[in-house]
Amino acid sequence: MPAPRTLFDKIWEDHSIRQEADGSTLLYIGRHLAHDGSYHAFNALKERGLPLHRPDLTFATPDHGVSTLSHRPEDIVDPVQRRVVDALEANASTHGFTLFGLNDSRQGIIHVVGPELGLTLPGLLLVCGDSHTSTHGALGALAFGIGASDVCHVFATQTLWQRKPRTMQVVVEGRRPDGVTAKDVILAIIARVGANGASGHVIEYAGSTIADMSIEERLTVCNMSIEAGARAGMIAPDQKTYDYLKGRPFAPTGRAWDDAEAYWRTLPSDPDARFDRQIVVEAASLEPMITWGTTPADVVGISGTIPDPLTLSDPSQRAAMMRSLEYMGLVPGTPVRNLTIDQVFIGSCTNARIEDLRAAALIARKGRAVVPAIVSPGSTPVKRQAEAEGLADIFLKAGFEWRESGCSMCCGMNGDLVGPGKRCASTSNRNFPGRQGVDSRTHLMSPAAAAAAALRGCITDPGEFGDQS
Amino acid sequence: MSPRPFTVLQAVAAPFDYPSVDTDQIIPVRYIRTPRAQGYETMLFRDLRFDPAGNERASFVLNRPGFRDAGVLVANTDFGTGSSREQAVWALVDYGIRCVIAVSFGDIFANNAVNHGLLLIREDAAMLTATRAMLDRSPGILIQVDLEAQKWHADCQAPRHFEIEPARKQRLLSGLDEIGLTERFRDDIQRFETDYRSRRSWLNIGSESRHPSVK
Repeated sequence: MPAPRTLFDKIWEDHSIRQEADGSTLLYIGRHLAHDGSYHAFNALKERGLPLHRPDLTFATPDHGVSTLSHRPEDIVDPVQRRVVDALEANASTHGFTLFGLNDSRQGIIHVVGPELGLTLPGLLLVCGDSHTSTHGALGALAFGIGASDVCHVFATQTLWQRKPRTMQVVVEGRRPDGVTAKDVILAIIARVGANGASGHVIEYAGSTIADMSIEERLTVCNMSIEAGARAGMIAPDQKTYDYLKGRPFAPTGRAWDDAEAYWRTLPSDPDARFDRQIVVEAASLEPMITWGTTPADVVGISGTIPDPLTLSDPSQRAAMMRSLEYMGLVPGTPVRNLTIDQVFIGSCTNARIEDLRAAALIARKGRAVVPAIVSPGSTPVKRQAEAEGLADIFLKAGFEWRESGCSMCCGMNGDLVGPGKRCASTSNRNFPGRQGVDSRTHLMSPAAAAAAALRGCITDPGEFGDQS
Repeated sequence: MSPRPFTVLQAVAAPFDYPSVDTDQIIPVRYIRTPRAQGYETMLFRDLRFDPAGNERASFVLNRPGFRDAGVLVANTDFGTGSSREQAVWALVDYGIRCVIAVSFGDIFANNAVNHGLLLIREDAAMLTATRAMLDRSPGILIQVDLEAQKWHADCQAPRHFEIEPARKQRLLSGLDEIGLTERFRDDIQRFETDYRSRRSWLNIGSESRHPSVK
């Protein structure tokens, strides 16, 4: 009897070219996703005079630096970002990989585009020069982010040296209370594990709550695995996965689909497979979650209060919390609900798919934004779908700005910024100091909570707007 | 292109107390598209080191006398979390930091570090707290690192053993370029590719050339 294996073990072994005595494994990369930020890696490849080894396995779209006001290249006002976006086009011509460019109807944030086009498939080992590559694990792939040197290595060889990570199973059980979204689930998990608590591990999410989630919800969960420090996050493929993928532009068809699906059905972790760590979260205990501080683990429920550094015994932890509260302009003991906010961002690879926009629109239709609020769809197809469903009109009528797709205010590279000292209700993934702009103050939350914050001008329980189903 | 080999190091150490240092702190996003050849030294910890007008913040550790020439950071926990930006490593090495000692590191950051000859040493929290306090009291103390022997110590401390993955140790010691190393296995890769293409045939989605754009 072969030893029982996890989903992770199966994909890892399927892509292992060779293992060295020093513990490193040479892995084959099934698909490689690139974006405008792959600029440095393409330059390094050029300096070496090396070709792109597998253009047919390389797919790219510009996202980080693109304007969300317009997708005309000349509307990228920052010459540095313009150069980098143009360079991606030039590299696509030089190397012959598939580009979903600014004028292509399939453009978007790379982590929205991959699943949406069926490029991300179960059983694949997929990498990208971006930490939120963990998103793709929601479809049963092993997907992780890498730095520029490793991107160049993949360009040149379609391989990567890695040490096998440990495994961690996060089991989420039970029915979510009304109004508790996938974002709330993952924020609660990060708070429990810690901002780097899963370092060195690949997380597999399991349990009835995860099984009950839609694919888009699972993408949100896996997306933020990196915020717990995990190498990757993944979820076993199931019927929902196959139904989601079937008919997508790059998904297999006909006989190839049948072969693929037969293989994918062998991927879920064996019943007796062992994980190096396991934690269990009860979904019933959750409520809408909001971050108060400067790491994604600084999470409090909507009914909670800003924590008190004096309760911490470790002096450097206490000092860090005080710095964090000072940066955020917050006083311990203050209820997080009703905290005044200055602007709202609905977007990013975490929360800008169609279901996210529907959830935000259900709230937006009940009032008018009293602070500046922008909505940047996760991809151009998502944008068009939202327009067809009437969501764009709802946002516009409610005073939200309806933008083009890109990373936008999540990483603050394209000019979409939170002002100094301003407090932003954001559906993105990081609340680090300066992340959304110098001295910006970010509160991470779900799309429904961000829309509710826009209407009230303060942090608000989206449940106050009644039934959102 | 090849990293500078790392064998032994003797350098001024600076205490870096922050228990969570994401790569957005190490280098803010607005600098990361700078061409590599321009150098990243001035961007390191930019918003911690300088005020918005570009003046040094006097209290920041690398602006304090005795720490400006630091080659080692004695940090706390969770150093290099968050964004995969390799520019965080470029900023550190361009400034002159060759070694960071901390309880824990971000995984992607740790992978990036080895590509640029930056040694990361994992050490326990109590030892780091004591070392940071000592450095804070007496700026200018040197730390010595011997990678081959896997030992480090500050002046007037006993040598401490550290663990490091053998592959990373060899890469750092040799300073060899990884793509060059991988090229030796070209035949293995080719054999694997052929086999993979046939057993995972549904992944072959068309020709070797790019798919046309769609308006």
